[in-house]
Amino acid sequence: MAQLFPKWANKVPKKLLLSVNLLLLAVIFGFWYWGSPKYTQVGYAPSQPIDYSHRLHAGELGIDCQYCHGSVMESANAGIPSTETCMTCHSQIATDSPMLEPLYEAWETGNPVEWVHIHKLPGFAYFNHSAHVNVGVGCATCHGRVDRMEVVMQSEPLSMGWCLDCHNNPEPYLRPVEEVTNMAWEPEEDHFEFARMVISKKNINPPIYCNACHR
Amino acid sequence: MSSNSGYVKEAPLVKGNHTFSSITALVADIVEKPTPFWWYIAFGISNLLMGLLFLMLGYLIWEGTGVWGLNNTVAWGWAIINFVWWVGIGHAGTLISAVLFLFRQGWRTAINRFAEAMTIFAVMCAGIFPAVHVGRIWVIYWVFPLPNQMQMWPNFQSPLLWDVFAVSTYFTVSLLFWYVGLIPDLATLRDRVKSKLAAKLYGAFALGWTGGNRQWQNYEKAYMLLAGLATPLVLSVHTIVSFDFAVSIIPGWHTTIFPPYFVAGAIFSGFAMVMTLMIIARKIYGLQDIMTIDHIEKMNIIILVTGWMVGFAYIMEFFIAWYSGVEYEKFAFVNRATGPYAWAYWIMMSCNVIAPNFFWFRKMRRSITVSFILSIVVNIGMWFERFVITVTSLAQDFLPGSWAYYSPTWVDVLTYVGTFGLFFTNFLLFLRFLPMIAIAEVKMVMPQADPHYYDEDGNEPVKETEELNEPNTNS
Repeated sequence: MAQLFPKWANKVPKKLLLSVNLLLLAVIFGFWYWGSPKYTQVGYAPSQPIDYSHRLHAGELGIDCQYCHGSVMESANAGIPSTETCMTCHSQIATDSPMLEPLYEAWETGNPVEWVHIHKLPGFAYFNHSAHVNVGVGCATCHGRVDRMEVVMQSEPLSMGWCLDCHNNPEPYLRPVEEVTNMAWEPEEDHFEFARMVISKKNINPPIYCNACHR
Repeated sequence: MSSNSGYVKEAPLVKGNHTFSSITALVADIVEKPTPFWWYIAFGISNLLMGLLFLMLGYLIWEGTGVWGLNNTVAWGWAIINFVWWVGIGHAGTLISAVLFLFRQGWRTAINRFAEAMTIFAVMCAGIFPAVHVGRIWVIYWVFPLPNQMQMWPNFQSPLLWDVFAVSTYFTVSLLFWYVGLIPDLATLRDRVKSKLAAKLYGAFALGWTGGNRQWQNYEKAYMLLAGLATPLVLSVHTIVSFDFAVSIIPGWHTTIFPPYFVAGAIFSGFAMVMTLMIIARKIYGLQDIMTIDHIEKMNIIILVTGWMVGFAYIMEFFIAWYSGVEYEKFAFVNRATGPYAWAYWIMMSCNVIAPNFFWFRKMRRSITVSFILSIVVNIGMWFERFVITVTSLAQDFLPGSWAYYSPTWVDVLTYVGTFGLFFTNFLLFLRFLPMIAIAEVKMVMPQADPHYYDEDGNEPVKETEELNEPNTNS
């Protein structure tokens, strides 16, 4: 009887087994790497209706974060500055700049400037700014060195795992509350002693149960 | 008779004085001959029901689990009942193929292939329910411990997660066991079929089997190892399924008797299902010489024994409810027998505890009609057992204010009906394209396989045991 299969068929089962397993591993790795917020979210820097430079305002001019994001210490939302906030200076400064036309238009019509939302959390995740800054989590810890950004860019993944990294181990991310808006703050040498002191003094116990954020 | 007079000779496992080649022909011809007309009709109906299943699942996923009859207290309804019922049915296949193999029960060879196929298809039907009941089927991969950016990990303290591993391991081992057993028979078919394409297909799955001495040695060792692997699964899978209930603190669920009680019930219902399918198949395909009335009798004895194990558990649950002095436990059980679901409880009791007692009588054990009817009765009873356990404990829990009566919706009912479509679609394909009896294994238990069967000159022995070897005319 003639052979049903050619000789190379002998090796097919082994090759099949190997390639199926490799494929499976590759799929898992692929989703883990390219599907993660670290890959898909970090670096998101959309262009805004006004080419507002945080580098200029927060960096060179040294305006405090809270001048514009005024509700950060009291409220869940840090707040987007109103047209009036911009106009406190820009009613006097650079009034003839073509870059500021959308601002003056907003001022005249009463329709706010439509800034593009960058640091987005999903609707099912609850986040409160005041709860974090009031125990000493600095702005720069989550938003990066905004004072060096010409265009604001998302610098952290904002994934659940990223949140949990700090909630499980908050020590490295705490600073004195009066330093939270200081972009250039560096931890001192005795930082961990300080952090442990703050944790026990303020009774900081970051929740890691589901209901803390998924309410 | 002189040499054998010291003991009662066992009835031969294969009747009708077959030769090796006639056994091969008997089984392989089913696959090789043209498809019978009834098969198309049965397959068509099964396909329609399977379509119904997919329609119902699609509707469920689209709309959410609200389309099921679940209400405030009864958070587990038909989905888990059907899951436990189908998984339980699967157990007979593993018991027959693994446990009876290790105990050297030669009669298993007539039904093991058949029962293993049933196991695989039953577990497929069972697996659907826990998968779709999660509501968000698109994140079902969360049950697996995969690395992810949420740092989310399955809850290893939950019996529901143990279930995922128990059932998927069970399915994998059953499939492997079934496939390894099929290899020599696939090679038989490869060498017999006329069509070139069929030969290639069977050949590809036969993995180059030639029937050489070394291959048989490896094969038997692999088969033995898989039987050893599958044996603990017979006990572990339904034990873990019972943990879904027993690990919680609901009265009527939180009992230590659950694991053995569930395993006995699973084997009970599984054997009944094998019986139902086998009685039909042996008649249609004329396999009465292999699946003999003696096989049916042996299975009926197992049904009787496991039926009484289950009955013992029912009674013991009541005893412990009283003996423990826990009033919630007492209420749960009295409520089962007399409460709003008493009708289901008494269906369960009469089907599972009373009905199998017919099998105390030899005449009943050897009656095809009685066996067939009781096998169906037992499976109805076992479905109601799961219904009683799941629903009665939840519908009347600790808080009387939230008591409610649970009824399924049409989606529940049609989904369950649809799983029969999936089951029979697979089963009919199996009957049509694969040898439904383990040809090679049956040959091993034939009288001709005994090295001393032929005399020194290679002649057939004088038929002194003619009366035992007579063709089976019992059905």
